[in-house]
Amino acid sequence: MKIALFIPCYVDQFYPKVGVATLELLEKHGCEVHFPPNQTCCGQPMANSGFEHLTHGCSDLFAKNFQGYDYIVCPSGSCTLHIKEHLGVPELAEKCYELTEFLVDVLQVKDLKASFPFRVGLHQSCHGQRGLKLAQMSELNAPPFSKVEQLLSQVEGLELVTLDRKDECCGFGGTFCVAEEALSVRMGQDRVQDHVKNGTQVLTASDMSCLMHLEGIIRRQKLPIRVMHLAEILNSVKVKEPQPVSLS
Amino acid sequence: MSYQTTTKDHAALAEAFIKDEERVDWHDGALWYIREKRDIASKGIPEWEELREAASQIKSNVISNLHDYLLQFEANLKKNGIVVHWADTPQEHNEIVYAILKAKEINQMVKSKSMLTEECGLNEYLEERGIGVINSDLGEYIQQIDNEPPSHIVLPCIHKRKEEIGELFHEHLGTEKGLSDPTKLTRVARKPLRNVFMPRRAALTGVNFAVAETGEYVVCTNEGNADMGAHLSEVQIASMGLEKIIPQKKHLGIFLRLLARSATGQPITIYSSHFKKPREGQEMHLILVNAGRTRQLGRPDFQNSLKCIKCGACMNTCPVYRKSGGLSYHNTISGPIGAILAPNLDMKRHADLPFASTLCGSCSNVCPVKINIHDQLYKWRQEIVKEGHASSTKVFGMKAMAWTLSSSDKLDKAGRAGRWFMQNVPFVVNNKLNPWYKQRDMPEGPKETFTEWYLRTNGD
Repeated sequence: MKIALFIPCYVDQFYPKVGVATLELLEKHGCEVHFPPNQTCCGQPMANSGFEHLTHGCSDLFAKNFQGYDYIVCPSGSCTLHIKEHLGVPELAEKCYELTEFLVDVLQVKDLKASFPFRVGLHQSCHGQRGLKLAQMSELNAPPFSKVEQLLSQVEGLELVTLDRKDECCGFGGTFCVAEEALSVRMGQDRVQDHVKNGTQVLTASDMSCLMHLEGIIRRQKLPIRVMHLAEILNSVKVKEPQPVSLS
Repeated sequence: MSYQTTTKDHAALAEAFIKDEERVDWHDGALWYIREKRDIASKGIPEWEELREAASQIKSNVISNLHDYLLQFEANLKKNGIVVHWADTPQEHNEIVYAILKAKEINQMVKSKSMLTEECGLNEYLEERGIGVINSDLGEYIQQIDNEPPSHIVLPCIHKRKEEIGELFHEHLGTEKGLSDPTKLTRVARKPLRNVFMPRRAALTGVNFAVAETGEYVVCTNEGNADMGAHLSEVQIASMGLEKIIPQKKHLGIFLRLLARSATGQPITIYSSHFKKPREGQEMHLILVNAGRTRQLGRPDFQNSLKCIKCGACMNTCPVYRKSGGLSYHNTISGPIGAILAPNLDMKRHADLPFASTLCGSCSNVCPVKINIHDQLYKWRQEIVKEGHASSTKVFGMKAMAWTLSSSDKLDKAGRAGRWFMQNVPFVVNNKLNPWYKQRDMPEGPKETFTEWYLRTNGD
């Protein structure tokens, strides 16, 4: 199984550890992983800002870079959704998977052999949840399921925190985070408070963009919560304390 | 009387609203409570999702055959003895109402349950011509005496503290100072409102559902003011947007079950009143209002916004709405649905609204008629930029960003390793003062990027 690793631009720049964890996780589960090194950005920031017509360059480059693989795997629900809904290349769209859905649906991982003995608060990123249907949404009258929780439940020692609002948006929203700065921050602060109130030690999500925003708030407010991408938790072997996400 | 108009955009109005942290706490909490009540009510019916699907399909049928249904409705209204008027614009609508009242020499009217007339600015129009209008529903009445538009289509004064309402009543109704008990306040308001009904010879209501098959219309309320006004009036007027049609009476069984559960979590509104023909000696008028709806109908990407049954569920679920308040949308219909309806009316004036969203998608999934609201927000953004309503700074920034990211070489030259992203992410929009950093720390820049690490450890 030949897999192309699609690393979102801001993950490449700010959170290389998330890329490393994703790569290791896939290799650990028997995948042959390639990283097309000329990748830049999927074009989502422009498209969501109303400039979809400017994204052809990014789209063409993406199509060129990711041709010829069995699957494209990405540790971001948001970028994956952009590839599926807005890139306009159907044969790539159907091969593109967000990491957790790839682990659950394609690799059908039943035993992660991971250990992470902490109280983990899961932030359900909207594009992954409502867009890619990684978990049932609270709006619908439909049976519950969660691919992310299915994986987290395999992690030894991990205790999942129950939140007051389990799938409320964090307020990142791409350019929204700066165009509506006050609102974006207020939304983020309220999400963080839910985790504080319910005893989250480590805050995680399948999207680093939400986490970048929430971590920015947590660090500014000097709160005792660590932020880690889901891939890092799923890839963790026995460790003594949670590792911060950023390399310093 | 006219409402204060604003030139501020959603972001600025939201920022002002957010300054009052305590207000945001309870505004968000009150609306979230209603969203939770809606969840409980909708999960109490096993066939909920089938109802949504059925309602959505019925409304699709209405939108595709609107012309025929409207003519059928008109013919049946006439058969029932209701006078039918067609208004292409808000101005025409207001002129029609004025002409009806003038012919009867009526100079006072009571109004209930009509967002459309808010959209048309009817109160101001009539008052300029010497006709007094009283909004009889409590929330709208409170907004009217405060000279402020409604902030929510179902809960018009949800953004006001009870103490603020007490202060308003003290000023306008002469109640004792400091009164803030909701029950007492309601009793106080009841007196002048009751007195309003008796001498008013004309009553105007909105329409929730207009049944093409029978020529009747249904008004759903909790307070019963629509009924009281209508029953006491000599002239009864109903104003409705063209899209309020449903084909058959039996379809009410679907829509009435969805409406109140979606709106407030009630199984049904207290009153679901059917109006069909005038009493003896009474005149009934129905005004069919276009006001941009046919233009929206002609936009394939946006036409299904006309399915809306005005339940307000998308507002209650929207974190942006809950934390910024309805008035920050500077449009009669606020929230996610307002943000996809308003650009059709005036794209330049409402160019900010489709951007007042994180595209989280909660709105589309609570919508009882399954309008793809968040997809339409995305599509409106494309339209607005294409029509030239984005700022030149933003256009320049986006072009630079698109160019740099269109190839790996260009990005390398721009400084992939030199942290091009540090300067350009989060995005090049008006970041002179770096809005990210105001209340959030920047991510720490690692020693090497993932690409560098990969090339170093895996060879070229």
